[in-house]
Amino acid sequence: MTDAPILIVENLSKSFGALKAVDGLNLTVQTGELHAIIGPNGAGKTTLVHQLSGQISPDSGSIRFQGLDITKMQEAKRPHLGLVRSFQITSIFPQSTVLENVAIAVQMQSGHSFRFIKNARADKSLSDPALSYLQQIGLESLANEPAHTLAHGQQRQLELAMALALKPKLLILDEPMAGMGADESAQMVSFLKSLKGTLSIVLIEHDMDVVFALSDQISVLVYGQVIATGIPDEIRNNPKVRTAYLGEEE
Amino acid sequence: MSNKRNTILLVLLGAILFTMPLLLDAIGQSFLLGSATRILIYAIAAMSLNLILGYGGMVSFGHAAFFGVGAYVTGILSFHMFEDTTIFGLAGTNSAAIAWLASIAISALMALIIGALSLRTTGVYFIMITLAFAQMIYFLFVSLQRYGGDDGFMMFDGRSRIAGLELGDDISFYFVCLAALAIFAMGFKTLVNSRFGQVLKGCHENEPRMRALGCPTYRYKLVAFVIAGAGAGFAGALQANLTEFVSPDYVHWTRSGDLLIMVILGGIGTVLGPFFGAAAFLMLEEFLPIIFKGLGLPLLQEHWRVVFGPMLILIVLFAKKGLYASLMDWGRRKND
Repeated sequence: MTDAPILIVENLSKSFGALKAVDGLNLTVQTGELHAIIGPNGAGKTTLVHQLSGQISPDSGSIRFQGLDITKMQEAKRPHLGLVRSFQITSIFPQSTVLENVAIAVQMQSGHSFRFIKNARADKSLSDPALSYLQQIGLESLANEPAHTLAHGQQRQLELAMALALKPKLLILDEPMAGMGADESAQMVSFLKSLKGTLSIVLIEHDMDVVFALSDQISVLVYGQVIATGIPDEIRNNPKVRTAYLGEEE
Repeated sequence: MSNKRNTILLVLLGAILFTMPLLLDAIGQSFLLGSATRILIYAIAAMSLNLILGYGGMVSFGHAAFFGVGAYVTGILSFHMFEDTTIFGLAGTNSAAIAWLASIAISALMALIIGALSLRTTGVYFIMITLAFAQMIYFLFVSLQRYGGDDGFMMFDGRSRIAGLELGDDISFYFVCLAALAIFAMGFKTLVNSRFGQVLKGCHENEPRMRALGCPTYRYKLVAFVIAGAGAGFAGALQANLTEFVSPDYVHWTRSGDLLIMVILGGIGTVLGPFFGAAAFLMLEEFLPIIFKGLGLPLLQEHWRVVFGPMLILIVLFAKKGLYASLMDWGRRKND
C-alpha cells in the first residue's frame, strides 16, 4: 500500500434548480482510512454519495479514484474498480432470499452474466462465498428467509454484506445505522471497527458518538462545502464546526 | 416446497398432451386437434412474453408484433416458393429448417431494434412505446398489397417441409408443436435459473440496486427482450403453418393484449403458468359460444364476450397468483 489518496474530489458542484446542493466541494480520502462525513440535514451528503457512485453526474468538478478520473464514468462500471456504496434507504431484493441477495452481488463480482445454461442457484462458486459473507455479518441462520421478512436492522446488515461481496477497495456507507436500535447500532459499530484497515471507508453518519469512535478523519459538510477536515479531536475543538453544527447539540 | 405436486402435475399434463390425438379420436372430436395445436403454439408465445413480463418486469404491450413477424416471414417465403419468384433477390422456400430459422432470426432482429429504443423508457412509457411499434408493424403488413393487404394471404404451398415428417398431417404437426413447446419450456427453465436469469430477476425486483452492484442493466434487459421476441417469432412461424394463412390480424393490438392476459391468467413469473393461461383463454374463447348454443341462449352465443370478460376478471381476482399457483395450492391449507 502506498500513501497515495484513494479518492480525490476537486471542486465538485451540483445544483438542483436554484439549490446548490454541492458547491465547490473538495475532499481527499487516504488509502486505508475511515473517513467520516458529517453535516446538518441538507448539507449535501447524499448528493455527494450519489455523485461518487455515479447515480447522478456532477455539473462541474472532478472525482478521481486511485488516480483514475471517474467523473463521467457509468454507474455500473464503478463497482468493478472497487468503488462500492450502500444506500441510506435500505435497497435490497425483497422477494429473493437473504442468500440470493448476496449471491447476486458475488455473481456481479465474478465477470459478466451472459451465461444462460448453468444453474446459478446450485452454483457453489456463488453460494459458498455468499454464505461466508453472511457468516461474517451474522446473518447465516437467516440465509433461506425471504429478505423482506427480515427486521429493519437485519436488512441494513444484509445491505452491508452485499456491498462487501463486491470486494470493495473504497466502501461508501450512507448512514448504515439509520433506523437501527441501540443494540444493533453497537453491533454495527464493532463490525465496522473490524473492517478498519482492510479497506478504505467513507462513512456518512449522524450519530456523533459513532463518528468519533470510528473515524480516522472527519470532514464537516455545510451548505455543500467542506468547512473543516481533521482528526476527531481537531474537529471536536474547531470553533467553526461547533457553531455550524455541533453547537446545536451541545 | 411443492416439488412433488409439480412432478405429478407435469406427468399428468405430459400424459394428456401426449395422448391428445387419441383422446380426441376416442370421443369423436378429432377436429378439435387444431385447437389443441393452437394452444401449444400460443403457450410458446405467452411463455416468451413471460420472460420479459414475469421475470424481467417489462410490460410489453406489443409482443404480438414478433408473433406476426414470425408468421409473415414463414408465410412470405412459402408465398414466393409457390409463385416461383424471389424476394430481395432470394428464392422462396418451404423448408422448415430455413423458414422457421429465418422467422426466429428476423423477429429477433426486430426485437433488437424495438427493444433498443423502447428500453430507454420504463413504466407506462414503455407500455405505450411497445404498443406504438407493434401498431407500426401492423400497418406495415396492412400496406403490403402483394401479400393481400389487410386480408392477408393463404400459404398455397401448404405447411413447411421437414425431412421424414409429413407436417400436412395434423397429428404429425401436433406432435411437432408439442415437441417444440417441451423443448422451449425446458430451455426457458434453464434460462431463468441461470446467471442471466438471476440478473433479470434482480432488475425486476430492484433495478437501481443492480446498477449499484455493477450491473449494466440495459444490455441484459435488451438481450431478454430479443430472446422473448425470437420465441414469439417461432410461435408465429408455427401458427402460420397451422392455419396455412397469414394476416395482419396476428399483430392487432388486441392480440398483444390476449398474450398479456394469458400470462397473467396462468401465473406471471412461473415456467408453466403461461401454458395454463393460454389453454384456459383459448378454450373459453372456443367453447363459450358452443356452451351458450347448447343452453339455447342465442343472444349470449353471439355476444359471448360479455361473459368472457367478467370471467377473466373473476379468475384473476380469485386466483391472484394465477391458475398455475392455484393448481399447486389446491386443497391445501392457507397457513403453510
